[in-house]
Amino acid sequence: MSANQEMAAKYKNSFLKEVEDQVEMGEWVKMCMQCGVCSGSCPTNFHPGWEHPPQEIFMMIRAGKREEVLTSPSMWMCTSCYNCIVRCPRKLPITHIMHGLANYAHRLGVAPKNQPTRAFSTLFWSNAIATGRVNELKLSMGLYFKDAEGKINIGEGIKKGLAMKDVALGLLKARRLNPFEIFGGHKCKDQKGIAAMLKKARELEDKRKALPQSGASR
Amino acid sequence: MAEEKKFAAYICKGCGLGERLDADKLAGIAQKEGKMQVVRQHDFLCNADGVAMIKNDVANEGVTHIMIAACSRRAKTEAFYFPNNAVARANLREGVIWIRPDTEEARETTQDMAEDYVRMGCAEVKAMTAPGGNVNTGSNRTLLVVGGGLTGMTAALEASKTGYPVVLVEKSGALGGWAARLWKRIPVHEPFKAPADTGVADMVAQIAADPNIKVYLNSTIAKTDGAPGRFVVQIATESGAVSTEDIGSIIQATGFELYDANKLPHLGYGKSPNVVDQAGLEALAKAANGGPILRPSDGKPVQSVAFVQCAGQRDASGEHLPYCSGYCCNTSIKQAMYFKDSNPAIDTTVIYTDLRTPGNGEDFYRSAQEKGVIFTKGKVATVAPNGGSCMVNFHDLILDDQNAQIEADLVVLATGQVPNSGVNIDMSAEEKADEAAAEAAAAEATASGAEPVQFSKKVSVLNLTYRQGPDIPQFKYGFTDSHFICFPYETRRTGIYTAGPVRRPMDMVQAREDATGAALKAIQALENAQLGRAAHPRSGDLSFPKVRLEGCTQCKRCTVECPFGAIDEDEKRFPLFNESRCRRCGTCMGACPVRVISFENYSVDTVGSQIKAVDIPDEFSEKPRILILACENDAYPALDMAAMKRNEYSAFVRVVPVRCLGSVNTIWITDALNAGYDGVMLMGCKHGEDYQCHFVKGSELGRYRLSKVGDTLKNMNLETDRVKDLEVAITDIDNLPRIINEYAQQIVDMGMSPFKGF
Repeated sequence: MSANQEMAAKYKNSFLKEVEDQVEMGEWVKMCMQCGVCSGSCPTNFHPGWEHPPQEIFMMIRAGKREEVLTSPSMWMCTSCYNCIVRCPRKLPITHIMHGLANYAHRLGVAPKNQPTRAFSTLFWSNAIATGRVNELKLSMGLYFKDAEGKINIGEGIKKGLAMKDVALGLLKARRLNPFEIFGGHKCKDQKGIAAMLKKARELEDKRKALPQSGASR
Repeated sequence: MAEEKKFAAYICKGCGLGERLDADKLAGIAQKEGKMQVVRQHDFLCNADGVAMIKNDVANEGVTHIMIAACSRRAKTEAFYFPNNAVARANLREGVIWIRPDTEEARETTQDMAEDYVRMGCAEVKAMTAPGGNVNTGSNRTLLVVGGGLTGMTAALEASKTGYPVVLVEKSGALGGWAARLWKRIPVHEPFKAPADTGVADMVAQIAADPNIKVYLNSTIAKTDGAPGRFVVQIATESGAVSTEDIGSIIQATGFELYDANKLPHLGYGKSPNVVDQAGLEALAKAANGGPILRPSDGKPVQSVAFVQCAGQRDASGEHLPYCSGYCCNTSIKQAMYFKDSNPAIDTTVIYTDLRTPGNGEDFYRSAQEKGVIFTKGKVATVAPNGGSCMVNFHDLILDDQNAQIEADLVVLATGQVPNSGVNIDMSAEEKADEAAAEAAAAEATASGAEPVQFSKKVSVLNLTYRQGPDIPQFKYGFTDSHFICFPYETRRTGIYTAGPVRRPMDMVQAREDATGAALKAIQALENAQLGRAAHPRSGDLSFPKVRLEGCTQCKRCTVECPFGAIDEDEKRFPLFNESRCRRCGTCMGACPVRVISFENYSVDTVGSQIKAVDIPDEFSEKPRILILACENDAYPALDMAAMKRNEYSAFVRVVPVRCLGSVNTIWITDALNAGYDGVMLMGCKHGEDYQCHFVKGSELGRYRLSKVGDTLKNMNLETDRVKDLEVAITDIDNLPRIINEYAQQIVDMGMSPFKGF
């Protein structure tokens, strides 16, 4: 049984309850009063990827539309501008809820596969935890040599690299880019310590998510 | 004293009047043309010295009639308060110098204007007598409260606390009304988070313990006769006994009925016992008495409940109630808490189109969300019985899902309030025919062996013996309001106030406030009646209509038109004035074709002589004269305020304030045109559905009457534009001068009236 099926079975038809228990800040969803100010404030409004504005996501959660919400790319579109949080008359932490939902969908493995935000976040995370430090050369190359489907594509990578060559040369001249980083690059001092810290953090996180989230903290 | 009249004119030179105007010349005019026996000038008339001068003349010179040429009659009313004298005011400040430019070329026309106002003031004061107050008063200080619900009980207790005896009449066998049928009420104190005790038992106990309050249960009002201060009310009890009470003023707090849910079969009412209205749920909650609320169909604890907001309300189709009752959102929230507070696992969904929770209801709403009540924005199409439960089919308005569904054990319909306002006395012939037809159809259906068809013919609440009908005139949708914005609780029957949901849809907090307000108004009314004074808006006015019956032609216009039902007809079919019911608007005076109705200080003569007193320059003077008859409630203050802003307007106009457009007698217009005025502007309040008239119907009746002026103009061979009817609001401070100037230009372009110099 996949993690997704497990959760679906656990909460039967109460998706709101599931969100309250499992999603970071999910306990706030019930407080939405459907005024729509968040949707009107969102800078990604009118973007084709913006399928459901936050107001609608909240309503869908209450209406039990589990699959539609979790597989939606909408919350991945959030730019973290915090406009919605600032304006929400009910003080919902909308940005955080969007990230919480995205993270939850990712954890269950149902988030849209090649959603660019998700792909980039995954790349960034594995890049950062490898050495405890982001290797920018590797990160950008990792991005360049992938096509829209997420497969490695050499031709595409060279094309993108050439298109950006002036920027790269500029960075080289300003000593902001070191080509030798390709061979591993410099690392954090205490590799083992970083790994242990991350392991502990993961442990705590998993433990917390296994428990229902604490009730709305008001 | 009335025999010995002595007229005095006082001309003020303060506020720049002395510099802008030739006061000596004004004094000369008052003396020669105005025939004032005493004429005095003063540098600062409204100061202690000036007022003392006038008082001295009254005391020692025998002055009875005072003409003050200073500021507007709306200014310095306390300084120039001479209750035992007839007082006229010539408005030289707001009416002349503040609306004219201070230039050399304007000096002559400005002086002309001031001289005319002095002439007008002198003419007016000569036609006046000091109002003596209504002598036909009653002095009963008992309040009658009709209806023993929350509103009625509050009104009775509040009035009793201020020391007035109260008679409380309740139709049913117990006090409490709807409030007594509730399990809990919406909270009225912070933190506004949970339903609270209704407090009805406490109020009933307070009333029972109050020796000032006399309660009639199982009783109705059989007859209400008289006027404020001297109502005689017959109270019929169920047993058949009739008691008579002498009453000073009345509060009608007859409340509401829920809109009949039987009219909503599409929402499942009547089809399943598990569909109830809000009262039905209160009954279930009361029966549960704190335990789990049981499903009516099988007595199992309810596991899921859906609330359908705006059921048969806010309906644009015309089939159901068009309005929002305002309290039902909070009530549904409260009722959802009945479930959530006892068992958080019960699914509660409120399906709404717009959640309206005014005031602290917002905290209550938030509290319900915290408790896990789900709010879904949607419009319910149907509710269908589905085995033991119900299927609610609705259009989800956020997700635009036409086929959204919720299954619930219990469905509650929020149906809204219908006022218990008695008979609609303004019902049109068509509506009466409809009602008769419905009654006949019901009788026929019953006769043909079908189940008895219920037909509820409206029953009168107050059974007034007034000529215009047995109940309070209704405003909209059967609610008995009178002037929506400015005067809550007022009705068009003086001394009778309505409070609570019979006035407009409202919740218990508002009803209590209403009851308290109405109690105070009712106390004012009976006190005023005792002193022979008018109630609002001419509060404290001592004048009252007098009729010269020997001239009356029994045309009935006054009895029909009086907006307040003050005039009945006696056995000989002459008008019978009930002065205490009168608001002094003068609509009767404007209506009377033989001009036999007048007030001591306001009559066909006081205005007519002002119109005639104006000096009309000849045809070649290039000085047209425009008469403005301005309503003293809105138009005249608007003109005053325009003056305060120094908004200038034409020097051709002469303004005469009138009590209401309804008091304008067409003779004034005919006289003005015959005297050579070039134009007449009528400034009254907005009429019709969203009227602004302080006397409700005055401006409408006045306008109807004046719509016939066109014929007069035609007969006189005058252009129809010579009379202009304007709807003026008190806010038209900047518009009004512009409109006046445009009209003055129009008159100049039209040319002078040919009636000058006759």
